[in-house]
Amino acid sequence: MGVLADVLLVAGALWFLLAGIGVARLGDSLARVHAATKATTLGMVLVLLGAILQSPGADGLKLSLAIALVVLTNPLAGHLLGRAVEANPGTAEVRIDIRATVEADETRPPDDRPLESEPDEAGPDEAGA
Amino acid sequence: MITLTFALLTASTLLFAFRAFRGPSVADRVVAVDAMVIVAIAAIATDAVRTGDARFADAAILLALVAFVGTGIVARFIERRGG
Repeated sequence: MGVLADVLLVAGALWFLLAGIGVARLGDSLARVHAATKATTLGMVLVLLGAILQSPGADGLKLSLAIALVVLTNPLAGHLLGRAVEANPGTAEVRIDIRATVEADETRPPDDRPLESEPDEAGPDEAGA
Repeated sequence: MITLTFALLTASTLLFAFRAFRGPSVADRVVAVDAMVIVAIAAIATDAVRTGDARFADAAILLALVAFVGTGIVARFIERRGG
């Protein structure tokens, strides 16, 4: 049990180091959000699992609550930040042209914001019927 | 092993801090600070292993909550005003 806990602690810390290298080195705001969110979530889960294995008991419950909270909220925070960056591409370093990639699937008009719904989809039919 | 874990966490915190100071946009700084808070949670857990006593586990839970609320609010700010 002790060896497994040590391996989990060091593996989680290595994921944190990977996230740090990604955030420091990547050249795009969206790429930095991507690197920081996923790698820190996995690293934190591994480190806290190692801590729970090392010292079980009453504190294991609190640490697993922290795991649950971060697993639920950290990808959500990354998604919110990514959506904010994508909505205002001029305010951050965005090298990959997301719009060009998205426009390729022609389901969306070119200058439509992703969160705006299209009002003339079902309106006239229901009004005529 | 605990020393190695702390050393790796410190190295990643320095990299995040570099991005938080340098980061050209608000989103870069926010992402770096959010990642540093997650590192702090992991450091609290590692310290619980070192001392055998999880007296800061409540702080870890609160940090998890505060990191999400802060990041979400700043993301909403960026989305609304641009910055």
